[in-house]
Amino acid sequence: MKDKHRGLALFTTLVFIFLLGPLVIIIGTSFGEGSVLKFPPEGFSLKWYKNIFEVDMFMETFKVTVGVALLGNLIALLLGVPAAYALSRGQFRGKEFLNSIFISPILIPGVVMGFAMLKFLVVQFNLPIYTSLLIGHIVLMMPFIIRVIGSSLSNFDYSVEEAAMSLGASRLKTFFTVVLPNIRSGLIAGVLLAFLESFNNVDISVFMTGPGVSTLPIQMLTYVENYFDPTIAAISVLLMVLTGLFMVMIERLMGLSYFTNK
Amino acid sequence: MELLSLNDISVAYEKNLILKNFNLHIEKGELISLLGPSGCGKTTTLRLIAGFLEAKDGRFMFDGKDYTRVPVNKRNFGFVFQSYALFPHMTVFDNVAYGLRLRKVSKDDIAKRVTDMLKIVSLEGFEKRFPGELSGGQRQRVAIARALVIQPDLLLFDEPLSNLDANLRVNMRVEIRRIQKELGITTVYVSHDQEECFSISDKVAIMNQGVIEQLDAPAVIYKYPTTEFVARFIGFHNFIDVNGLKVDGEQVTADCPQGLKVSLVHRSGHPIVEQMKAAIRPDDLLIALQSELSNGLAGLTAAELESGWNVIAGRVKVSTFLGRSYQYEVETALGTFTVNREMDAPFAANEAVQLVLPKDKVVLVRTAV
Repeated sequence: MKDKHRGLALFTTLVFIFLLGPLVIIIGTSFGEGSVLKFPPEGFSLKWYKNIFEVDMFMETFKVTVGVALLGNLIALLLGVPAAYALSRGQFRGKEFLNSIFISPILIPGVVMGFAMLKFLVVQFNLPIYTSLLIGHIVLMMPFIIRVIGSSLSNFDYSVEEAAMSLGASRLKTFFTVVLPNIRSGLIAGVLLAFLESFNNVDISVFMTGPGVSTLPIQMLTYVENYFDPTIAAISVLLMVLTGLFMVMIERLMGLSYFTNK
Repeated sequence: MELLSLNDISVAYEKNLILKNFNLHIEKGELISLLGPSGCGKTTTLRLIAGFLEAKDGRFMFDGKDYTRVPVNKRNFGFVFQSYALFPHMTVFDNVAYGLRLRKVSKDDIAKRVTDMLKIVSLEGFEKRFPGELSGGQRQRVAIARALVIQPDLLLFDEPLSNLDANLRVNMRVEIRRIQKELGITTVYVSHDQEECFSISDKVAIMNQGVIEQLDAPAVIYKYPTTEFVARFIGFHNFIDVNGLKVDGEQVTADCPQGLKVSLVHRSGHPIVEQMKAAIRPDDLLIALQSELSNGLAGLTAAELESGWNVIAGRVKVSTFLGRSYQYEVETALGTFTVNREMDAPFAANEAVQLVLPKDKVVLVRTAV
């Protein structure tokens, strides 16, 4: 019995090293003094972090990335919340089919999605790059919004809505005074998750960038092609911290088990 | 005065007709229960009245106006849910005030009416609590207060007590009846609990497969069920096929198989049709030894009993001790009968006995078609 546990502990440790090891190396490298990526780092310096803010392209693309994530999120919410509501409360034909359609962007490989969008939005309809990028990210975010808000809704007793209506509230009034306050944590978690998904996305963005329009992850790729200094490690650390913070917030709001169980 | 009527209403759910040409009429001020096994359509009827469901056909008249297509939020009916359905993010006060705020009642008025209503349901001092901090009984009272405070034209209850424990259930139903009478508000109450319905209602509608089998005062239903379904539902275990009915006012005689003749008192106004059965409760059926019949029994003279009126011979098959009484399964030429007899010297298994059907306890019921 004890041996079994020891084996399990060893295995768990190995998995953790496998998962976290690269991150440790990145974090270490980002504080090095030398101008090449090196681990263990030599000396200690924050100059690579300073450098991030001195490279204009990083700041530019950061703004684009956040802008797309925020604006896309807003639009995804406007489309996704009613969709989630209809899918959870409505009784209509093809409900299952629609459900699958809305979830499908998660299942289709990103590269395929990205290429399809390039073909469709940029080549076929000749949309501006920024608009295409935005649309691509909205499609990317929708499943997360619909999924998370949908499960919040399905945990919320429909009788409560009926009660509001029987007391004289219209459907819209019911939604804003009764439904929304009770799915708030799901709503915020969905928004954060979608934000992260958009912010860190590479495979769709890579097809939708062009002159003057690029996102931070794409800019990072480009940077690595030309320079091999620890700036890229420093940026990665900042992104990890941001992601970590978001995950903590989501965990606080509804528990991560929310996503792993389904 | 008739307040509400459902006329030839049909309701379908995914192609299944739950109600078909359904009719119901309710007088102003009365409390009427819809009672029946699950799937009988009682909740569907209630939800249709509330406006949560739309009728496929038929008309719903309320207070002389056509309500068939009036949406739920324009009906001004109070609804009390089985799950209470309180707003979890609002205090007790805000829950009760919700309907008043929608009606743009002034702040002072709201405070006064909510406070008064909480007094009626004995929840003073709970204004600032959230539903999560209340017991089941308290939540249900908040739900009732919330439905009542808007001064609804009709109050609807959907199995409001089934989530409460047994003691509380009895208290709450007394409470509901008290409030309903105090405010004189017309009420439709759905439950599958017989005792609950019988104890609080002016009238009970017993439903089966989307049809009202009988609509009467509780005492009438209890004593004079009109259909076999109702009779079985309220505890008539013994049924005898009858034919050759002879009706003389309330006095009815009938021929049964095996040469048995039954005379009984039939409630006037309840129709007599072709296909009927005689029914009697285990508590009302008498079990006796042959020797006990010589002095007459249950309003029947010895001579009548002698000539075979209302008497069936049988043998005790099973005897079960029930505490206050014994229950016997008696095998006869007409089938097995269930009969209860208060504790005294019990009959032994296989003992030969006579079953006597008192005239005023036998009822004629229509058989299921």
